[in-house]
Amino acid sequence: MSGNQSNVDSVQSRRVTWEGCSVLLDINDGDRLVFSRLTENSTLKIGKKNYSLRPLIGCPFGSLFQVEYGAEGSKLSRLLRSAEVSNIEDNGDYQPVEEHRDNRELVDNNKAQSLSGEDIEELRRQGATGDEIIEALIANSATFEKKTAFSQEKYRLKKQKKYAPRVLLRRPVARSICETYFTKYPARIGFMRVDTLSLLLSMANVAANSDILVVDMVGGLLTGAVAERMGSGYVCNMYLESSPYPMDIVRMFNFGDEICKRIVRTSLSDLCSVQNDPSEQMGHDVSATANSSNEQMCSHETLTEPSGMEEIALPSENEVSKCKIPKAGDKASQETIDLWKANGFSSLIVAAPELDTWNTVKDLMPHLSHSAPFAIYHQYLQPLATCMHRLQSEKMAVGLQISEPWLREYQVLPSRTHPCMQMSAFGGYILSGVKICNPESA
Amino acid sequence: MLALDTSKKLSFSKLIASGDLVIVYERHETMKAVKVCEGSVFQNRFGMFKHSHWIGLPFGSKVYSNKSGYVYLLAPSPELWTLVLSHRTQILYIADISFVIMYLEIVPGCLVLESGTGSGSLTTSLVRAVAPTGHVHTFDFHEQRAASAREDFERTGVSSMVTVGVRDIQGKGFPDELCGLADAVFLDLPQPWLVIVSAAKMLKPDATLCSFSPCIEQVQRSCEALRTNFTDIRTFEVLLRTYEVREVKINSMRGQGGSPCQQPPCKRRHTNEGSDKQESVSSAIMARPSAEARGHTGYLTFARLRCSA
Repeated sequence: MSGNQSNVDSVQSRRVTWEGCSVLLDINDGDRLVFSRLTENSTLKIGKKNYSLRPLIGCPFGSLFQVEYGAEGSKLSRLLRSAEVSNIEDNGDYQPVEEHRDNRELVDNNKAQSLSGEDIEELRRQGATGDEIIEALIANSATFEKKTAFSQEKYRLKKQKKYAPRVLLRRPVARSICETYFTKYPARIGFMRVDTLSLLLSMANVAANSDILVVDMVGGLLTGAVAERMGSGYVCNMYLESSPYPMDIVRMFNFGDEICKRIVRTSLSDLCSVQNDPSEQMGHDVSATANSSNEQMCSHETLTEPSGMEEIALPSENEVSKCKIPKAGDKASQETIDLWKANGFSSLIVAAPELDTWNTVKDLMPHLSHSAPFAIYHQYLQPLATCMHRLQSEKMAVGLQISEPWLREYQVLPSRTHPCMQMSAFGGYILSGVKICNPESA
Repeated sequence: MLALDTSKKLSFSKLIASGDLVIVYERHETMKAVKVCEGSVFQNRFGMFKHSHWIGLPFGSKVYSNKSGYVYLLAPSPELWTLVLSHRTQILYIADISFVIMYLEIVPGCLVLESGTGSGSLTTSLVRAVAPTGHVHTFDFHEQRAASAREDFERTGVSSMVTVGVRDIQGKGFPDELCGLADAVFLDLPQPWLVIVSAAKMLKPDATLCSFSPCIEQVQRSCEALRTNFTDIRTFEVLLRTYEVREVKINSMRGQGGSPCQQPPCKRRHTNEGSDKQESVSSAIMARPSAEARGHTGYLTFARLRCSA
């Protein structure tokens, strides 16, 4: 397993899990999403039981696991290809047949199922698999045959989720991390939807070998997404006040040492100051040292939430040090800062709901290199409108545009294609543009 | 356009040199790509501009014509390129492009297959996403278009990262040499369902595919074909709504704050002048959606190749 550590930056090896890697667990087809870290002792709670995650180590991302009952109790075991395809929709042979049944005679009185809870427990004790229990339930249902084909499938799926729950091992990347947070804890990422995040990366021309200035008050999601897309070059996570903003989400990306070293922090005052005695600078930035991510882990909100919401399972201190998880967010070296002072940053992305937009942009613009693109994200339109107006009147940028991304998902099934019933109405606004040379100083 | 090694970072040497590609910005949505050449001139409604005056200036500079008109010279990027390239076919714009790259999970080092190349709008952004260690193989069955795309990639300096092949992907599928090597496949074809089986052979397990189709019937047939070997099949529409921002003069009535009927809804209003004067004229910065918008470009269908045991 440790051999993988040296390769974790290469795209190839990131397709198989390793001990200590961060994963996104998708339980029962999106019903529940949990971030976790695969260690020897990590577990996942499904229903009333805790299942060890050890079987997941060394498996490719995209593997599917099902709770199986065996002699030693129940555990997660990997499903092979043929067993995965059990759904009518997944079956390529599905032919839409004329449906003659309907639900006019079906009465929901809870009396249709003749197997009781004890009967099911008995079956379990006798060693029945989850799938066998589901078949037994179907056989003992008085109303099953009368249901339409779609309805039967819904019933089967419901029973499967309860008696044979499945866990899909997903790779945490910008897309999956953003979508999960947007669904579960949108406020923590400032309501930044995945299409909005993708626009920020494009509009700011995030590319390899760049120096990108980021003001990230959305938990580190933006910093992580930028670092992932860049691969090389620097992501300068800048804070404008006295202490850095939390960047915990960066740890979920499974970045190796190489990339972690390139995610650095600086305060605006450090960037603006004349070159000082290095020891002086270290003094007032104690919080920005490598230990900061550890401290923040302990004080993170998730640990104070009620136990029902333990969805982000952060490992204990012991586990972290054993697995040697690379840390991002070290203070930028003076050498790097000097380089930025000389050449400027190649682009700027701001996602800072609590800061005044115009003042922030005004302070940071001088640090961008010529013709650098920028993208400012905000939940509210007005601060961006004000900022855009000021940039225009002070002739600091061209190509200014305020965009609101719109995203709609479709259900595409035979005879049942339509936009999804649920939709996100809002994903934020973006102000984008390109910095120009101030004509006065040209 | 791209910094393919650390010695040529984007933030360095931002002075215009002969042979550079610049984006001449006249005003919003009026831009042109121009190759700087010592003896050449650029002409537009603002007058005549000598390229020699541009050389040595930093990118982002304002330059004047012989008639006191001016333009800005911007550094090229894939986004600006999409807005200025010559359309040989209908192209993809930033909303679709950015979503596709995010959803296909493309990162540096990836190998991406694309068909058809079209005008190379998406291709340029794909190259940016895989640089410097990845590669894009793009295919088009139209020989002339493939040649024009190759020229464009030379012009924008990305040709080392992309290979343009002339091939009928719908008829023949992707080439066997690429089997099992692709991290992502993108299809923009009239009948993408014919290519699904070949795409599945090209992709690594758990790798991603995207098919862009303007019509829902195409989407339905593609999804049907995807069900055998793919999972996580999702179809989206992505659009952008833009806003206009203006400073508007408001006559406030006598008394404090003005009467309610004169004030626009609070969330859209920002008064910068005191409103307790009588009959004062103040201005407010207001934003509203643009009247014109793109209604539809195409449906984006994404899927993942199933993991086999």
